[in-house]
Formats: sequence, structure tokens, C-alpha cells
Amino acid sequence: MSGQTSPIFGNLDWSVTPFTDVLQHPGTSTIIGAFAASVLVLGAIAAVALFTRMRWWGPLYRNWLTSPDAKRIGIMYIALALIMLARGIIEGFVMRAHQASALGTLAQREGGLVAPDHFAQLFSTHGTIMIFFVAMPLLIGLINFVLPQQLGARDMAFPVLNQVSLGLTAAGAALVMISLLVGDFGTGGWTMYPPYTGKIFSPGEGVDYWLWAILISGMGSTLTGMNFAVTIFKERAPGMHFMRMPLFCWTSLCVAIMLIYAMPALTVSSAMLALDRYADFHFFTNEAGGNMMNYANIFWMFGHPEVYILILPAFGVFSEISSTFSGKRLYGYTSLVIASMSIAVISFTVWLHHFFTMGQSAAVNIAFGIATMVIGIPTGVKIYDWMATMWRGRVRITTPIVYLTGFFLLFVIGGLSGIILANPSIDYQVHNSTFLVAHFHNVIIPGVLYGMLAGIHYWFPKAFGFRLSETWGRRTAFLFVGGFVFTFMPLYVLGLMGMPRRSPTFQNPDFLPWMYIAAFGGVLMLCALASLIWTFWTSYRHRAALAVPGGDPWNGSTLEWSTPAPVPEWTFPCIPQVTARHEWGERKRAGDPWKAPAEYTDIEMPANTAHGLLIAIATFAFGFAMVWHIWWLAILGVLAIPGLVIFRAMRIIEPRIIPAAEVAEADGRFRQLVASLPAATRADEETERNRGVPDIAEFAG
Amino acid sequence: MSGNGLYPGLNLGATHGEAHEDAEKTVFGFWVFLMSDLIIFGILFASYASYLDPVGMAGGPGPKDLFDLTSVAIQTAFLLVGGIAYAGVSLALKYDQGRAKIITWLLVCAVLGAGFLFFEVKDFIAQAGEGGVPQASGWLSSYWALVGLHGIHVFSGILWIFATIGQIATRGLDDVVKVRLSMLGVFWHFLDLIWVGIFSLVFLVPLA
Repeated sequence: MSGQTSPIFGNLDWSVTPFTDVLQHPGTSTIIGAFAASVLVLGAIAAVALFTRMRWWGPLYRNWLTSPDAKRIGIMYIALALIMLARGIIEGFVMRAHQASALGTLAQREGGLVAPDHFAQLFSTHGTIMIFFVAMPLLIGLINFVLPQQLGARDMAFPVLNQVSLGLTAAGAALVMISLLVGDFGTGGWTMYPPYTGKIFSPGEGVDYWLWAILISGMGSTLTGMNFAVTIFKERAPGMHFMRMPLFCWTSLCVAIMLIYAMPALTVSSAMLALDRYADFHFFTNEAGGNMMNYANIFWMFGHPEVYILILPAFGVFSEISSTFSGKRLYGYTSLVIASMSIAVISFTVWLHHFFTMGQSAAVNIAFGIATMVIGIPTGVKIYDWMATMWRGRVRITTPIVYLTGFFLLFVIGGLSGIILANPSIDYQVHNSTFLVAHFHNVIIPGVLYGMLAGIHYWFPKAFGFRLSETWGRRTAFLFVGGFVFTFMPLYVLGLMGMPRRSPTFQNPDFLPWMYIAAFGGVLMLCALASLIWTFWTSYRHRAALAVPGGDPWNGSTLEWSTPAPVPEWTFPCIPQVTARHEWGERKRAGDPWKAPAEYTDIEMPANTAHGLLIAIATFAFGFAMVWHIWWLAILGVLAIPGLVIFRAMRIIEPRIIPAAEVAEADGRFRQLVASLPAATRADEETERNRGVPDIAEFAG
Repeated sequence: MSGNGLYPGLNLGATHGEAHEDAEKTVFGFWVFLMSDLIIFGILFASYASYLDPVGMAGGPGPKDLFDLTSVAIQTAFLLVGGIAYAGVSLALKYDQGRAKIITWLLVCAVLGAGFLFFEVKDFIAQAGEGGVPQASGWLSSYWALVGLHGIHVFSGILWIFATIGQIATRGLDDVVKVRLSMLGVFWHFLDLIWVGIFSLVFLVPLA
């Protein structure tokens, strides 16, 4: 980076790419950096070539990028998350490989695969990506896809706003991605604590990449939360009382409320840090009355609710699959609702346990320690409820159930290590060690990742019309379980032995065996990723054999299983009248669930629009310009956003009308198809005989 | 329901039909958004309080050196009268008194909001001249961020007023514009609410 800021290119010049680094300082670290950038560039070129060759640009634009349909938006969120997941897992593997080779000596302090600064970028991007651009888009995507279908609604309350939210998330993800190629990312971890991330200790673009990615995608998440909440409060089908909602809807409601109240804290802490860095404010500086502890305080006001934002949708998924694949009604519905809401509320009262060692009084620490332990109670209630749901059920060991079992075994260990850390006197000993790293991976991987992958496996046929391969799905699940155990259990031991977290090197040879085990776990995680990709590919190739056009492959009890697979854009031919908690199950009990509605009416759908796409482009340009101090582009971007909003507000936008005849025709064809398909029994579920029409005599949920 | 068949709030069409449900949904969504915004202000208020001590002021100018309560009182008057003026918009909308009256009241609101901003910016310039820039101390950073953010909100409100006038002029008073007018009203009153907090906690408390 040159000292002078150019009026046109800002701080950008040719020295910012990893390719120049590798020429100037050849070594494993710069080679890995250049390799990652090459993968990004070549991947982008390959994608462009593929889309051009297959003539997919038109369909991509018309059917996806401009679609306000929540189901498509949900699928795009999940696609984004899976791309980012690939990068996150590979980074995790590089870190494990580095630490396995990072034993230093007194003479040669630093060794290993990557340079210390590169290692710091790796754990910072890994954390940022996994939390904000994998876990968040996964759960927001899944909720987008499932929530309206379960509520008996056609779409979200604000479909175009939904598009904007996706655009903002994608713009943030793009900023993190482009930091691979242009410049460096920050080295302050995913939390970016000042004063280290202030201007004095972290000059340059790294922290700014993080700041703008977080501010932009955080705005998107706030709007998403608001959209979910309004959808749940105002868009439920007639008769869908709160206590009739499927549990996934309840956990979505908790998530919505938490997003609304927690995301602003992140916005404030990041905006304050941005003001410190760009305008010399003194919120978190060492001098002139700044107070860096206030950053940790505000950040974790967001950060702690955030971990429950991540976990609650997974709890919703586990509630659905434990019941469906056990052929039993969910045990303790009311207690699960109360437990979810309790978790949502208590999660706002524990944030201080992230900085027990900051120096506040023992009394304050104890209060927050107790609150932290209390949150284990509703979580425990849930685990017992799911186990009771499966107890004496006819459990089918499908992929989601493998994930659920892995979750049972591992999440409880992670939860218990959390209770240990909630004790401030123990926290003083092990905080900032890899014990903590093991703990939070132990709740987030078996909780969020397994939950979301189980959910994807469960609802995939609804989105695309064919099931995912059970064989490969189970292999992937076993690899993720094994990969987790080998990677993170050693970190508990290492933490107790005194290995600090985020350390690029260590001098104690006793650590090495554990590092090797963890690196082996990293290999298993890579295999799990490959297996996940292969699951999608092989299922796509065998899509004819796996097709479930009947739309109800698992003999489910909630409304989304009443429609064809893939689900049509209007979801329901007419809005269902709900009379029971498990509406679709009750209809099966009553016999003839696939009865056609008495009459069809015209359906109003929101018209396609490029609004969200344009806002995403403007915000990405703004974020990139702010990172590189390209002021003219930043001003242009920041003016474009209200300009686009006002331009849209000025126009009268007519909804798209789907005529009743068209709906009646499509629906009639579906009902004929269902009547013609053979009913599949539970034993047939994984075979070609499962065409999405289950034997309703077997329904017992 | 009052005698003339109108509801206390916004009235769209003759019956409680689909337009009402849509309006309810949209306005409810906007309330939710403002609650989220309120958290932002809440955290800024808390931060302001935490920097309001000798350590946070770091030897720089303090409230007694910088705050001019007369000017703050004038700003308060402008903003609160501006809030009352929005009642003119709501009433004209409710009783169908025509576009001209609605636009007039909207302009009155915009002028009063601009009056507020004029005195606020004047204060900011004066404070900067006395060394009270946000770069001087943690306390001043939090003061400028909190009061400045409110000022940006007022500025956005004025922009929104003109965008709405543009919509009334081009597309007329359809249901969509009516709902937006009621959201604008919620926003405009929200700014008063925040200002009451700023006036008391930012200006009065440190001078008391």
C-alpha cells in the first residue's frame, strides 16, 4: 500500500494482491495465500464460463435474482452459505495443519505452514465467515423456505424487503470473499476487539473489510428479523393459532425477536469502531477518555443472543425431525414452546460471561454466572423432550436422525463444558485457551451445523422434487460427527494443558500428539465437506430414481407436506383453513387428505423486481469504496441507496395475477398424479417406491 | 367508532377489507423497525452516560463549557411544534380534505424540522469552535454520535417528507401513499420521543 491516497483508486494499487506477495516473499505462507486467491479467481472464471455455455444467465436473472419468492430467496441464502462453508472448512483445515507443524523452539520461535499474520487472518476470516456468512444465511435461508409454508402463507410479509436483506447479506459476504484477492483481512479475530483493531495498531484495510461486511450484512439481518416477526404475527392461515404453530415456527419467532433486539448492538459497536478508525473519535482508544471495555460490553450484548439466534432454528429442526422420523407426536409441545421463549429471554441476560476477567466485581460476575447456568435448564428440557419423542417410536435411521443422534451425544458435552465455563473462578483459569475454542465449536457444530444440514436433508425434496441420497447423506453425517470428535476433543485437553487460543506457535512438545489428532480431525472434516458436495451431485444424477412428486416423502404432519414437490411458486392453491395443531396429520387421520379445494381464485403474487439486486450492488460498491478510501465511489454508493428506494416508491407497482384457471389446472394434475402413485410404506421410505405419497394408514404422528 | 363512521386511525376505503389488513401489516412492520432503532439509541444513551465523567472528558471541554440551553430550548420548541403540526397531516388525511391541505401541513413540518436542524448545526459549529470536536474526548465522541444520529434522523425525515410530497403529486393519494403517510407520522413522532430523552439526559442532567 502506498502512502498517498489517489483520488480515483483510493489506496488501491498493484501491490495489494497475494500474487505480488508470493513474488516478493516466496514461502509456504504466501503460496497458500496466492493459491486461495487463484481458487477464487479460477472459480469465478469457471462459473462465468459455465453459465455462459449453458445459457443460464437469463434464467438466473429472471427466476432467481429478481424473484421476491421467499422460497427461492431461502434457497439462494443456503447456496451462499454452502459456498462460504467450503471456504470456512478449508481455512479450519489449514489452521489445524499449521498448528500441527508449529512447534517452535527458543532459537526458532515461529515455524509452521503459514506466517503468524497469515494465521491471524485465517482465524479471523474463519470465525467471521462461519458465524455471519454460514450459520446466519443457513438459518435465515431455511426459515425463509419453511416458515411461510408451515404457517399456511404464500410468502413473507414483505417480499421485496426480503430480497433486499438477501442482497445486503450477499454484499457483506462478497466483501469478505474479495479480501482474499485484494488486500488483507483483519487479524483481530471474529470479535475485532479494540484497541488492537484501532487505527494505531491495525492500520490498513483489514479491520475495515470486517467492519463494512458486518455493518452491511447486519442491516440485512435486522430487516430479516422484522420480516419474520411480521410474517408470524400477521400472515398465519386462518385457524393457525399460536399454539397450533409447528415448533419450527416458534423457534423462528424467537429468532425474529432476538434479531430485532440484538442486531442493533452489533451495528452500534461496529459503527463506533468505524468512527474511531475513520474520523479519529475516541470511543475505544487508549487515550483521550476512550474506553475499550465498552466495545466488549456492547459487542456481546449482540454476541450472546446471537449464539441462541444460531441454535434455536436448529432446535426447531430437531423438533420436526424427531417427531416425523419416529412416527410419533412431538412430546411436550407446550414445554418446548416455553423453553424456546425462555432461552430467547434469558439469552439477553448473560452477555457479561464473555468477559469475566475484565475486572468487574465478583458480585457482578456471580450474577451473570448464575444466569448462564440457568439457561441450561430450558435447554435440558428440550433434550429430554426430543428423547421422549423418540422413545418407543418407530425410529428410521435416516440422515437427519444420524445428525440428531450426533447432536444428542455431542451437544450435551458442549453444554456441560459451557456450564463449567459459567463458573467465573474456573473461567479465570481456562478463558482464552483452546478449552474455550473446543467448547463453542462443541455447541455450534453439533447444534447449528448438524441441525441445518439435517433440515436441508429433510426439506430438500420439497424444494427440488427429489430426495438426497440417504447412503451418502449418512456417510456425510458420520464424517461430520467423527471429524468433530477428532478435531475438537483434543482442544479441550490442550486448553487444560495451557495452550492459548489464536496462538500461531507453541514451545511445549507435549502438545504435539494432540495437535496431530486434531489435524487428523481436520482431514475428516475436509472429507465430510467433499462427501456433502458428492451427496448433492450424486443425488442430482439419480434424480429420476429419487423423485418424490407426491410431495410428502416422510409421512409428515405439517402443512408444507400437503403440496407438490417441487413446491409451486404460489405454494397453496388456496389458503388452507387450519383446525388442529398437526393439520396435515389430522387430515390424514380423517382420510383423503389430498381432497381438492372446492373452488380456486386468482392468486396475487408480488411482481419480480431488480430492486434487491441493485441495492446489493450499490452497498457492495459503497463498502468496497469505504475499505479502500475511494471516496467518490462511496458517495455515489451512499446516494444510490435512497435514490433507488425513492425511485421505487414513486412508481405504482402492480402485483402479478395468476389466473384461477391456471392454478386449477396445475392443482388438478397434481391430485391426479397423487391418486395414480402407489402409497409407500415406512419400509419403502429409502427405496425407489417412495414417490412422495406415503401410506396414510401408517401415520401415527 | 365515532358518529361519522370513521375509525380513530387511518381510514382506507369503505369497509374493513383487504386494504386495511395490508395497512395494518405494513405499519406494524414499521413499528417493529422503530423498536429496533430505539435499541440503537438506547445503547448510545447508555454509552453517553458511561463517558460522562472526568475520565471520559479527558481534560477537554465539558458540558458547562459547551451547552447553550437557550438554543437547545429553541430546538426543542421547533421539533415538538413540528410534531404537533403532523397532526394537521393526519387529520386532513382522515377527513379527506384534499391534497393541497396535506401538502401544506407536510411543508410546515419540513420547515419546522429544518428550523431545528439550523439551530442544531449552529450549536455544533459553535461547540467545534470552542474545541468541542468529537476527536477531543470519549465523552464528546458519544455526544456527537448520539445527538448527530438524531439529527441525521431528522434530516432523513425531511427527505422523506419531500419524497412523499413527490408521490402525492405524481401518483395521487392512493392507499399505498396513505399508509406511507401514517408510517411517516410514526417516524416523525418517534424523533420527538428521542429528543425528549436527549434534552433531559444529554443536556439537563450534566448541567444539573
